[in-house]
Amino acid sequence: MTTINIEHTSRWFGNVVAVNDVTMTIAPGVTGLLGPNGAGKSTLINMMAGFLAPSTGSVTLDGQPIWRNESVYRQIGIVPEREAMYDFLTGQEFVVANAELHGLGMKEARAALATVEMEYAQDRKIATYSKGMRQRVKMASALVHDPSVLLLDEPFNGMDPRQRMQLMDLLRRMGATGRTVLFSSHILEEVEQLASHIEVIVAGRHAASGDFRKIRRLMTDRPHRYLVRSSDDRALAAALIADPSTAGIEVDLAEGALRIQAVDFGRFTELLPRVAREHSIRLLTVSPSDESLESVFSYLVAA
Amino acid sequence: MYNPTVARLTYRALLGRRRAALLFLLPALLIVIAVAVRALNGADDQVAVDVLGGFALATMVPLIGVIAGTGAIGPEIDDGSIVYLLSKPVKRSSIIFTKLIVAIAVTMAFSAIPTFIAGYILNGNGQQIAVAYTVAALVASIAYSALFLLLGTVSRHAVVIGLVYALVWETLFGSLVAGARTLSVQQWSLALAQKIGGEGTITSDVGLPLAVGLLAGVSVAATWYAGQKLRTLKLAGEE
Repeated sequence: MTTINIEHTSRWFGNVVAVNDVTMTIAPGVTGLLGPNGAGKSTLINMMAGFLAPSTGSVTLDGQPIWRNESVYRQIGIVPEREAMYDFLTGQEFVVANAELHGLGMKEARAALATVEMEYAQDRKIATYSKGMRQRVKMASALVHDPSVLLLDEPFNGMDPRQRMQLMDLLRRMGATGRTVLFSSHILEEVEQLASHIEVIVAGRHAASGDFRKIRRLMTDRPHRYLVRSSDDRALAAALIADPSTAGIEVDLAEGALRIQAVDFGRFTELLPRVAREHSIRLLTVSPSDESLESVFSYLVAA
Repeated sequence: MYNPTVARLTYRALLGRRRAALLFLLPALLIVIAVAVRALNGADDQVAVDVLGGFALATMVPLIGVIAGTGAIGPEIDDGSIVYLLSKPVKRSSIIFTKLIVAIAVTMAFSAIPTFIAGYILNGNGQQIAVAYTVAALVASIAYSALFLLLGTVSRHAVVIGLVYALVWETLFGSLVAGARTLSVQQWSLALAQKIGGEGTITSDVGLPLAVGLLAGVSVAATWYAGQKLRTLKLAGEE
């Protein structure tokens, strides 16, 4: 059982703070590191992978510092986000080289390639691989020494749905066997499908931590804004404001639409079509106006 | 210290198609010049010294050193693929040492061997000139490889800086400013050539003991420092 501990860790580049006083523990099982692009996820993963020194605080693996400590790589497998590999090698040559650097050989490389189902293309040059194939070979190179910790930076980028499911299955299996698996993503659904535990990072700060359902509920229960156009905006507004699921409605004359703030997401989504039907109002447009991940995250930070 | 896997990866990266073409170009040019000079001029010791000193040792060896030394590590750091070496329980100093050995081997192969062949073509090794310049190319290969490997580790503009050093400092500046010559790998290696070549044929501005000390000192210091830099290398591409 291997645990990564991050304690009061900050990292800045010049006068830009990328990670700001983060404390978290990554325990066995699958953990999702969720946050919008540029939130500091990669910086955090790079510190966990020993590629960056924390400016302050500490990042340790079972009590051992990770920075400037090559021996931790016996336990850590890393799948970097960047595409660059040794493109002039074949998939098998690449995984064998990674195995050799761990003091292992062909047997382990073959097993790793089988795990990611890449045997069929192992003799082709990496330069000819698709993004998904590269991702799988990177995965094989990280698994070759059977590490107890696996760090993956945006592993699903560029994968097609089938490859995505395969990788999710594999990570789930690894988590179930007691390995510590951490992956970063800016896509809520990916994290939801895979991670039982999530850490949310926004603008370098640790915004939320814990069970996915709890955080999802926080995200769902936040005030939602909608832009609605209908055959009779004022009548619809009058009927909706009577219900406690709405907190405010503005008639936007310029847009010819209603701007509705709903406080009870579940109830409102059920209310709107019912009220429209009862009053014989036709709904022309119903669109959420703040569904961007950034607004979800900024709400989480404030919560 | 020497890691065969790191060496294999480095050789294959260095001798990839485009880079290999560059590596073959200069030695081929040297041989062509030697053949042409011999055909037009006949065997002449002074001409041999001019061609081997002026082109082979002053231009070709440092340029091959730049290609091999920076190429042994620079591209991997630039594109981030070095992460696959760094995320292994392999000492960073072993990675640097191995890459140095590969860079030295490639520089020697592509500079010392053609220098020897060109020397034989030019005057049949009269006055030991071919052997003297070959030895100079061999020792210069070590120092250049170490220097340019360090440069490839610390700078993303290693090739440009390397070229400026090789062409401006060693070739141009060194021939104009006397003091600059003391701080020149070319002059240090010439000190060895002077010892080997026939009396008065080859001259260096640096005495032999100082030259050997500087060659060894610079090579060791550059390699040690490159190892230190690799230990604290920050991978590019952070947010």
